[in-house]
Amino acid sequence: MASVTYEHVTKEFGSVVAVNDLNLQIDDKEFLVFVGPSGCGKTTALRLLAGLEELTKGTIKISERVVNDVPPKDRDIAMVFQSYALYPHLSVFENLAFGLKLRKTPKAEIKRRVGDAAEILGITDYLNRKPRQLSGGQRQRVAVGRAIVREPKVFLFDEPLSNLDAKLRVAMRAELSKLHHRLQTTFIYVTHDQTEAMTMASRIAVMNNGVLLQLDTPQNLYDQPQNMFVAGFIGSPAMNFFRARLRKDGGRLLVDSGDFAVPVPAERARQFQNYVDRPVVFGVRPEDIFNPAFTPPGIHAENVEVKVDVTELMGNEIFLYLISGPNIFIARVDPRTNFHIGDTVQVAFNMDNFHLFDPETELAIR
Amino acid sequence: MSARSSAFTPRRLYRPLIYAALIAAAALYLLPVYLLLITSLKSFQEVRLAAMWDLPAGLSLESFVRAWVGNKAQGFTGLAGNFLNSIYLTVPAASISALLGSLNGYVFSKWKFRGSEVLFPAFLFGLFIPYQSILIPLVVVLQKMHLYGTIPGLIFVHVVYGIPITTLIFRNYYASVPTELIEAAKIDGASLLGIYRWVLFPLSLPGFVVTLIWQFTAIWNDFLFGVIVTSRPVVQPITVALNNLAGSYVVEWNVQMAGALITALPTLLVYIFLGRYFVRGLLAGSLKG
Repeated sequence: MASVTYEHVTKEFGSVVAVNDLNLQIDDKEFLVFVGPSGCGKTTALRLLAGLEELTKGTIKISERVVNDVPPKDRDIAMVFQSYALYPHLSVFENLAFGLKLRKTPKAEIKRRVGDAAEILGITDYLNRKPRQLSGGQRQRVAVGRAIVREPKVFLFDEPLSNLDAKLRVAMRAELSKLHHRLQTTFIYVTHDQTEAMTMASRIAVMNNGVLLQLDTPQNLYDQPQNMFVAGFIGSPAMNFFRARLRKDGGRLLVDSGDFAVPVPAERARQFQNYVDRPVVFGVRPEDIFNPAFTPPGIHAENVEVKVDVTELMGNEIFLYLISGPNIFIARVDPRTNFHIGDTVQVAFNMDNFHLFDPETELAIR
Repeated sequence: MSARSSAFTPRRLYRPLIYAALIAAAALYLLPVYLLLITSLKSFQEVRLAAMWDLPAGLSLESFVRAWVGNKAQGFTGLAGNFLNSIYLTVPAASISALLGSLNGYVFSKWKFRGSEVLFPAFLFGLFIPYQSILIPLVVVLQKMHLYGTIPGLIFVHVVYGIPITTLIFRNYYASVPTELIEAAKIDGASLLGIYRWVLFPLSLPGFVVTLIWQFTAIWNDFLFGVIVTSRPVVQPITVALNNLAGSYVVEWNVQMAGALITALPTLLVYIFLGRYFVRGLLAGSLKG
């Protein structure tokens, strides 16, 4: 049971700044996910906490104790690696017991803890096997089991699901969520997959180029991204962006992309006053673009004429790739939609749910 | 595509020529071995330059016995004692240098420290120092250590001279062991030596096979260090004793050849029985599944 604090943490590899002035408070029992593209510094941030890398600047605390100079084994953490890093010459039982043996845990206690962990993970039948005799999913469980038996204060996960096939990944995702609930311990998890972040995290830290861009709950991150990077990274398919200008037309405020102009609902117009007659980036998520025939009631829907580039039937929905001037963008529409490639059609933008960004700073306009 | 090319391209025509060349080369290399074998089976009377290529009249192992046990009456010592000397020399020297190389390789591949990228090439530089250039300081150092003229002294020399190559082999072998394994052990609570003992060493068998074969062969076959360091026949390794087997006035070629075969036998056996592990070990890094 522990909180984790990053204070002005910086890590440089030569001239490369991998983590840049990271400040972050992770609460006890939280499931925090670092997410970002490869090379964004998320794994380095985790390895700094594990003690596998040395800080260049700053302080890391695990429940109020500064651990900058504490070796990994004394930090009371356990880590699950992307490649699982199981000891190939040891049986599953010995893999789980390895850390306990080194800590001179009594034999009976080792047996009990390994047994419990194996029970939780459903690997009791494989305890005598060697890692190479296990499937990818089973190895993954052993790797998690090796962390569990240590009963650490903080669990660290470094992209633990990325070597699994898609189906297994979905199943393990749910199991990790359950495990977190059951163990009631701080989980810190690194992934490049925004779906994993969204589905498991209590809070998400989005990183890019070594900088923490936004830290929030999955829902807030999705609804109120603070900048274009977060807006584009969280959500799949990604948010559509259009270069546009804000202009006044009579009493109304219009978002004008050059190819279409849509009015901003009166109650939202006030917050954009400073940007009138200035360039903005107009962002709208694929699910906020509708086939006008199936627009839900009660929203400010504004029709726009576009050309259909590609249609992809997903079964429960259709992805439309649409062309408007220089922009190609995606809409997730009702599966009853009957649009064809090359058609010129009307689609409806939900103007209750759009985002404007400053093209210079890429920050959301609030 | 393959069907057409195999039927009509020049490659198909060249193939017999390539085989002929390879067989000729193999025969050329095996010729001395053949000569060694037939001569060693001959009696002393049969050994003449004119009859060099003739097969022996009968199967006589007499020259082997003579080479092995010698003849006290003629003041002629056999190779038996020296064979044992070579074993007392080679087994510890190969093992110790392999172990040291493994420890070095571990540190150079998994615990890179400030200056390690300078120190490692410095180690490798040892590979390029010719034996001959260090003989005088070598003798002086061994005398100061009171090891000159002894098998332990020779062991020490071979261990030191073996460190560069064993370090290189193990460093490359350990480079193929995922670093995450080491990190997992670190977090699990293992120390620098604990990680070696409990994680890396148990995974080192292929590396040890390669290194031991290499060192065994090199040390067993060494002549120069042996002849310089051990002057008394009782402590000489077999390669040096073999040279001394040739009498001052008459060279008993059949005994000489038998002695040469006895001398070559251990390394031959090592290659025959462990050779495939050798190749496998050298490839271990690239074949990681």
